[in-house]
Amino acid sequence: MERQPGVSGTLNLLIGLAMGLNLLALGSSRLPSLIRTVSVQGMVLGVMPLLLEHGRFDWAVALVALATMAGKGVLIPALLRRAMRAANIEREIEPSIGFIPSLLLGAGGTISAVALAGALPLLPEHAGSLLVPGAIASVLTGFILLIGRTKAISQVCGYLILENGIYIFGMLLIRSTPLLVESGILLDLTVGVFVIGIIVDRIQRAFDSLDTRHLTTLRE
Amino acid sequence: MTQSLLFIAGLILRLAFWLMLAPLLPGIINKVKAWVAGRRGPPLLQLYYDLAKLWQKETVLSTSASPAFVAGPAVAWVALAGAALLLPLGPAGAALSFRGDALLLIYLLALARFCTAWAAMETGSAFEGMGTAREVSYAVLIEAAIIAAVLSLSIQTGSISLAVMLSPTSGAGAALLAAGLFTVLLAENCRVPFDDPNTHLELTMIHEAMVLDHSGPPLAVILHGASIKLLLCAVLLTEAVLPMRGLAPLPAAGALVAGILAVTAGVGLVESLLARFAFRRVPLLLTTAFLLCLFALLIAWKGNPA
Repeated sequence: MERQPGVSGTLNLLIGLAMGLNLLALGSSRLPSLIRTVSVQGMVLGVMPLLLEHGRFDWAVALVALATMAGKGVLIPALLRRAMRAANIEREIEPSIGFIPSLLLGAGGTISAVALAGALPLLPEHAGSLLVPGAIASVLTGFILLIGRTKAISQVCGYLILENGIYIFGMLLIRSTPLLVESGILLDLTVGVFVIGIIVDRIQRAFDSLDTRHLTTLRE
Repeated sequence: MTQSLLFIAGLILRLAFWLMLAPLLPGIINKVKAWVAGRRGPPLLQLYYDLAKLWQKETVLSTSASPAFVAGPAVAWVALAGAALLLPLGPAGAALSFRGDALLLIYLLALARFCTAWAAMETGSAFEGMGTAREVSYAVLIEAAIIAAVLSLSIQTGSISLAVMLSPTSGAGAALLAAGLFTVLLAENCRVPFDDPNTHLELTMIHEAMVLDHSGPPLAVILHGASIKLLLCAVLLTEAVLPMRGLAPLPAAGALVAGILAVTAGVGLVESLLARFAFRRVPLLLTTAFLLCLFALLIAWKGNPA
C-alpha cells in the first residue's frame, strides 16, 4: 500500500486543521462559536475517508463520508442549536477550568500526543501521518472540555470532539471496518445528541439552569 | 581602508533608511483607516510634522523625576535603532551579522521596553504606573511568543544568526508563524485589538498611559522609537514568512517593500474592522499567538529530525 506524498500531505493538513479546531474549541467563550467549531471539525473529518481512497472510488466509503458530513456537520449542530434556543440559556460559557489553562492543557496534550505517536510501534505506512497524534489530541481535548465546562451543552460538544478523536483512529482501519459499524456509531451519536437535547430541556425546566454542578445531590 | 569606509557608508545608508522611513508606516496605517471609513484622513507625512513640532517645544520636567526620565527614552531609542541595524534588509543584508545576533535582537527589544517603563514611572503618577503594569504583564506573553518564533526559525535553518535564519520554507509552519508574528506585531506596537493608539481614556490606555508626562523632544524620541519598532516588526514578519532567498536583488527588494506595505495595510484593516478587546480577553489572544508560534516550532522540529 503506497501512499502518494500529495495525498498524505493533504491528509496531514486536514488533521492539523482538526487539531487547530480542537484548540479553538478550548478557547471559545460562547456556545454558538463552540458549536460552529465542532461542526466545522466534523465536516473536515468527513472529507478524510475520500482522501484515503486515493484514486479509486468506493461507494461504501463515499457513503460513510457523506453521512459523517451530514450528521456531524449539519444535523447534530442543528439539534444542539435548537436545544440551546429551546432551553433559552445565556450563551456565555462558564468554565470551571479557565480558558487559558485549558488552552495550555490542550496544547500540551497535542504536543505530547505528537511525541507519544513517535514512540509507538506503528505500521510503516502510518508512521509519517498525523492520524494517531490527531486522534489522541482530539480525545484529550474532549476530556478537557468534559471536565472543564459546567454547562451541559458545552459538555456535549466535548463529547463530540472526543468521538471525533475515536473516528480519526477508525480511519486507520477504514478498509477492515465494516460499513455497518461506522454507520452504527454515527446513528448512536445522533440519537445520543437527540436524547441529550431533550434532557437539556428537562434540566432547564426543573432547575432553571443548565449548570451541571447543581446535579450532584440525589433527592427523593 | 576602503573596506572600512564602505562599511561606514553602508551603515549610514542603512541607518538613514530605518530612521527616515519609519515614521511613514503610521501614516500609511492612518490612510488605510481613513479610506475604510470614507474620510480623507491626516496627510501621509503627519508623523514627520508632529516630530518636527515636538522637537522645537520645551521639555517640562517634574520636580520628582530623576535624569532617567529623559535618559530612558533616549536609551530605548538607541536600543531600537541598534536592533533595527541587526535585521537584514532583503538583498542588502544586515549591517552587522554575527553568531547569536537573534538573541541580541530579543534583548535589545526588552531593554527598550524596560527603559520606557522606567522613565514612565519616574514622575510617580498613578496612571503611568497602571499603564506600565499592563505593558509589562502583556510583554511576558509577547516575549514567549517571540522566543518560540525565533526558536522555530533557528531549528528550521540550524543557525542562530539572523541573516541565515530568515530564509523561510513555505507550508503550514510558515502560515502558523505568520499568524503568530502578526498578532505579536499588533500587541508589541499597541495596535487595536490590544490597545487603541487614538484613545485618551485613562482606564483603557496602555502605551499612551506610559507617555502621558513626557513632552517636547523626549516625546518625539518615544514616538519615533515606536515607529522604528513598527517597521522592525513588519520587516521581521515579512522576512520570516516570504521566501525571497532565490530572487534577484531587485525583485527581492520589491517583494520586501510589498510585504511591508501588505503588513501595514493589514494592520490598518484590522484596526478599522475590529474593536478593542476587553482586558480579560487579551491574555487569551496572546496565549493563542504563543501557541501558534509553538506549533510552528513543533512543525519545524518534526520536519527537520536532524
